[in-house]
Amino acid sequence: MNDGRRAVVQRPQSLEPLATHYCPGCGHGTAHKLVAQAIDELDLQEIAIGCAPVGCSAIMPRYFDVDMILGPHGRAPAVATGFKRALPEKIVFCYQGDGDMAAIGTAEIIHAAARGENITCFLINNAIYGMTGGQMAPTTLIDQVTTTTPLGRVKERAGSPLRMSEILATVDEAAYVERVSVDNPKNIRKAQKAVKKAFQYQMENRGFSMVEILSPCPTGWRMSPTDSRAWLVENLMEVFPLGLLKDKWEEQAT
Amino acid sequence: MAEIVLIKGNEAAGKAAIMAGCTHYYGYPITPQNEIPEYMSLHLPEAGGTFIQAESETSSINMMFGSAAAGMRTMTSTSGPGYSLMLEGLSHFAAAELPCVLVLVSRGGPGGGSLESTQLDYFSVTKGGAHGGYRNIVLAPMDVQEFFDHTQMAFDLADKYRMVAVVLTEATLGNMAKPIEIKRVHAVPSEELPAKDWVMRGKAGKKKKLIVGGAAPGFGSFNDLNELNRHLADKYRTVALNETRYEAIEIEEADVVVVAFGITAGGVKQSLIQLNQEGYRAGMIRPITLFPFPTEIIRKTSERVKKFLVVEGNMGQMVEDVQFAVGDKAEVSFLGKAEGLISLEEIYSAIRSLCEKG
Ligand SMILES: Cc1ncc(C[n+]2csc(CCOP(=O)(O)OP(=O)(O)O)c2C)c(N)n1
Ligand code: SF4
Repeated sequence: MNDGRRAVVQRPQSLEPLATHYCPGCGHGTAHKLVAQAIDELDLQEIAIGCAPVGCSAIMPRYFDVDMILGPHGRAPAVATGFKRALPEKIVFCYQGDGDMAAIGTAEIIHAAARGENITCFLINNAIYGMTGGQMAPTTLIDQVTTTTPLGRVKERAGSPLRMSEILATVDEAAYVERVSVDNPKNIRKAQKAVKKAFQYQMENRGFSMVEILSPCPTGWRMSPTDSRAWLVENLMEVFPLGLLKDKWEEQAT
Repeated sequence: MAEIVLIKGNEAAGKAAIMAGCTHYYGYPITPQNEIPEYMSLHLPEAGGTFIQAESETSSINMMFGSAAAGMRTMTSTSGPGYSLMLEGLSHFAAAELPCVLVLVSRGGPGGGSLESTQLDYFSVTKGGAHGGYRNIVLAPMDVQEFFDHTQMAFDLADKYRMVAVVLTEATLGNMAKPIEIKRVHAVPSEELPAKDWVMRGKAGKKKKLIVGGAAPGFGSFNDLNELNRHLADKYRTVALNETRYEAIEIEEADVVVVAFGITAGGVKQSLIQLNQEGYRAGMIRPITLFPFPTEIIRKTSERVKKFLVVEGNMGQMVEDVQFAVGDKAEVSFLGKAEGLISLEEIYSAIRSLCEKG
């Protein structure tokens, strides 16, 4: 518009003008926005292909204005592999919850990384199964109460949380792995940079990249949106520390 | 003159796939079909295609899902336990209406089973197999030549109907070497194949495309699952009308009609030659497609012929479809075995004693 006004904040073009079904305070909305912003900034909307998960964000193909595939629970990295190998000039990304990636889909993500697939994966870690009503996830913290750990997660019976970023960072062919969070504006800005970098790596054919995003699930955690942010910082970040876990290209440069 | 080569069934399937334009093969080793991924690992990249040895059959089928969404002709091959792992993916193929070619070389079962040649996967393959009540097109080759031909045809059928097309065969056929004619065959002439206008290429200025293994409002092509399921049922009816294939041998004069598929039908064919020479009047209906099943010809035949014999490499699966076609118009006998081939003597004696029985 040329009426002298300048947009300060705008909906990313790669998102549809729709209200989402996500609960108040849910991190998925912010994570969607970060992914869509990166797609816009890198001018990828025309060539981006998203592989959606099964989880609360299974509905994301409705919200994104890019081509999207929704396959079975946990299999997005295999679907993305098949697409990218067919049309390598497209930019292919996976968006997965922690149940999707770190439980049912562990084989798919680890082997996509092991093959060094030139794809970009996002892990939305909210330490719980949101969609199915708040059951334990592989990322659920010790003592965390969920509907299937009603007395808290007990290590002796239910094991300990799995750190996907740390695991993937050990895979030789993984190029870039970073953990970020969307709990406050400062961290969101950092997350924005990481998400963009992950796409850039694919554009530059640098191989497999993964950004893990710590994300509140106030409904699953049975907390207010504000309390859930504080809980994320105090508890989730303790077990899942933020930061760069691997950058193969920087390591090679130094 | 067409080229004649001596080739193993499994390798013939690999060769056929490449000739039919398969560009993306994904698979996981399992006996008795290992020659297919081995063949593809060398020859598909030579032809400019992609071979990946996946981390599991679950991943193979989902890699295919991605390549099929991109419009590629894609194939996998497996045996029983691997097929079971693919079922989740196959149900999603059915829902998303993506083409898929799957070669299933059966072995013993259930469970881990054995490496014996069987026809134990008939139910699972022809009735859908996974959740959600979908259908696969199923071709059942009788010999190595047909294994080669059917593999090519499966790509046309999968593309035409946007369905999973299974080539169902047995360990014996996969590992048997025979001279075959190397020629290009089509189930649908290339020019009659519908354009793949649903293929995903990135938005590129147009409306976004969604490929979804299911249905929901504002999501994919169907408003709800009812709409999707009605559409699929219509499609399966069309497939039944257009694509039912069978071979009928000497059924006009027969007292006994045998129904058998795959390599078992080969055994029946040989026995029939001898029986007919000896003056017995027996014929065969050999379903070439197991879905769609040749119900109509069996029903029509049962109006005259009163004795049917079903021979299968299992404890009785296709016999249910034959019984359904025949109703109470004729008697249906069964000869089956779930481990190893049924011998020619067993087949011969079963047909003969039926012919002799009043
Ligand atoms: C094969 C299969 N098993 C189970 C389910 C049920 N299911 C749907 S979503 C989900 C977990 C989702 O949790 P997560 O990946 O953490 O995503 P969130 O909903 O928390 O964003 C499960 C178990 C399914 N759809 N498919
Ligand atoms: S249940 Fe949790 S993850 Fe799902 S929409 Fe609600 S807050 Fe978000």
